[in-house]
Amino acid sequence: MIEIEGITKRYDTTTVVDDVSMVIEPRTIAVIVGTSGSGKTTLLRMINRLVEPTAGIIKLDGADNRSVPGYELRRSIGYAIQGHGLFPHRTVAQNIATVPVLLGWEKNRIRARVDELMTLYQLDPQEFGPRYPHELSGGQQQRVGVARALAAEPNVLLMDEPFGALDPIIRTKAQEDLLAIQKRFGTTIILVTHDMEEAVHMGDKIAVMDAGKLVQYAKPAEILANPASSFVETLVGASERPFRLLSLGRVRDAVENGAAEGEAIPGDASQRDALAELLWTGRPALPVKGADGKPLGRVTVDGLVKRAARPA
Amino acid sequence: MKIRFDKLGVVIAAIAAYAAFLAPFATFRANRIVPGQARSILEALPATAGPLLMAIVIVAALMALFRTPLMLRLAASVVALAALALLVGVAGTFLTPAGNTLARVSPASGFWVLIFAFTLLLADVLTRLNLSPWARVAVLVAAAVAIGLLLVSGAWNDLSILKEYANRADSFWAEGSKHVTLALGSLLAAVVVGLPLGILCHRVERLRAGVLNVLNIIQTIPSIALFGLLIAPLGWIATHVPGAAALGIRGIGTAPAFVALFLYSLLPVVANTVVGLAGVPRAANDAARGMGMTDRQRLFGVEFPLAFPVILTGIRIVLVQNIGLATIAALIGGGGFGVFVFQGVGQTAMDLVLLGAVPTVALAFAAAIILDAVIEMTATKRRVETA
Repeated sequence: MIEIEGITKRYDTTTVVDDVSMVIEPRTIAVIVGTSGSGKTTLLRMINRLVEPTAGIIKLDGADNRSVPGYELRRSIGYAIQGHGLFPHRTVAQNIATVPVLLGWEKNRIRARVDELMTLYQLDPQEFGPRYPHELSGGQQQRVGVARALAAEPNVLLMDEPFGALDPIIRTKAQEDLLAIQKRFGTTIILVTHDMEEAVHMGDKIAVMDAGKLVQYAKPAEILANPASSFVETLVGASERPFRLLSLGRVRDAVENGAAEGEAIPGDASQRDALAELLWTGRPALPVKGADGKPLGRVTVDGLVKRAARPA
Repeated sequence: MKIRFDKLGVVIAAIAAYAAFLAPFATFRANRIVPGQARSILEALPATAGPLLMAIVIVAALMALFRTPLMLRLAASVVALAALALLVGVAGTFLTPAGNTLARVSPASGFWVLIFAFTLLLADVLTRLNLSPWARVAVLVAAAVAIGLLLVSGAWNDLSILKEYANRADSFWAEGSKHVTLALGSLLAAVVVGLPLGILCHRVERLRAGVLNVLNIIQTIPSIALFGLLIAPLGWIATHVPGAAALGIRGIGTAPAFVALFLYSLLPVVANTVVGLAGVPRAANDAARGMGMTDRQRLFGVEFPLAFPVILTGIRIVLVQNIGLATIAALIGGGGFGVFVFQGVGQTAMDLVLLGAVPTVALAFAAAIILDAVIEMTATKRRVETA
């Protein structure tokens, strides 16, 4: 659990982060969203003390993060950034091994961990381990960057626009990978982004920041349904709201009884994908199948449209 | 078939034609200071050797002129250079009257221009072959060994520059080692002081402009003026600091030469350290900090290795510059190859000037090739990331 209490950061007279308090539950993903200059990156960097706060306390699992030296604290927290920040003069394997080496792990343990992470990220350790970062594609570099951040099995992972430099297709894949790995390791993730789409998709909770202040901190559905201010409303995007709301729900939860013609859609797909398919093919209803291929029922345009309406 | 000219080859062939037909190949003088008489290739060499050299030069120039395979061009340049090197020694023996120890035969402009033309051809071929750093060093070593063998074999002993050497063999090596000590020692001192200073300038932004400006100003002081400026403070140190005089610190001599070379060396070392460190990708630095490296771990593990090729470039500049500048040290009794240059100028004996100048140029040239190879080897794996 991460408790942020009254955190403020001032540079001379400008206040970059202004009295922010929030609690991030363990094993969840909290996404901090805001425009450039909203203080979201500074807030993130105060958690691992790359930036020292002017006032306030941050507690990790109950312990003040100032109780150990900064570099020791940072070794226990994963850190991944936009443009991945891989060391160009070190091989992929050496890059991933950075923190374990700093912590003085045994050689065999380090090699085993590096191989495990590379395999997890679909990079063959034999083939990619000895390569240098510039020999990798952008997507591969990004995966190595996240693998490096996870190398020392941290409980907390801080990510600053980790997918910012990726093209849309690779970005979607990277997001799915991260969600899968978060489930697997139970890591608490704090992710900074300016992309509301990414925030709604990834976040268990979303923190919206504006001009250094925390404007709203709530579940995605709540942010969509009840934006705390006109700023949040703008950030969500009025024309996108219903679709973002639908993207939060699974088709399985919108199934009605009855049958429909055509190719069935899996119950795990998002309701937005189902609506898009319906609109595009001009049909009123789609059959839905479960993971085992059995028919579950159908989804209808009318049913989905009702779900896209503002919750009461 | 269409005949195609090589662009650089046209220039090389023109230079070679001028040097072979119009310029003198060797100069004969009755003694070391009287004006000489020019001798063409055919006049300077025995009956068979003269036409042979002409033929080699013409064939090699034609190889250069047209677009020929690289290996053929390589062979042409190597054969031409070897023939020139061997036969200039033959010319020395041929032109010197038997038993005359006063007469001097030296290579003349035609020889030097031919050497220049075919070295240009060789350099062009080597560049196009895109040799690995090790291969380039190997070529350098092979050339050095070949020249060494020619010197040891005595093939050049009748040339004026080696007659000057024969008279000064002992002092040649003593001054040579002094020259190298001055150049390398001042470089070493500049690295020891300049690296930390550069790191400091990188970390403390307020210091940067000031330090670099001061070093810039030092760089613009002419060397002779700097020697003059150093006489007073070093003289003071010699008389007032106990033990300083015993260490050889005086107003003139090696000490001011060393200090001057050291001061000139500082700017390239410090400036390249600052530029190199500034060129370290921001993201790599941020990631290093974010993963819990201490400042020292980040400096030695990330910043320094990444800046190293740029810093080495600075060291290369300094080394080549120092080998050349150390010649000036002779002006204030600092020793080095400059001793022969200034003696030669004083006696109007050009051969003596060459005895000082040729090894200096050769040293600087070799240092440049070796350090370029080292820089390339360290830089290959460290391409700057694109993100």
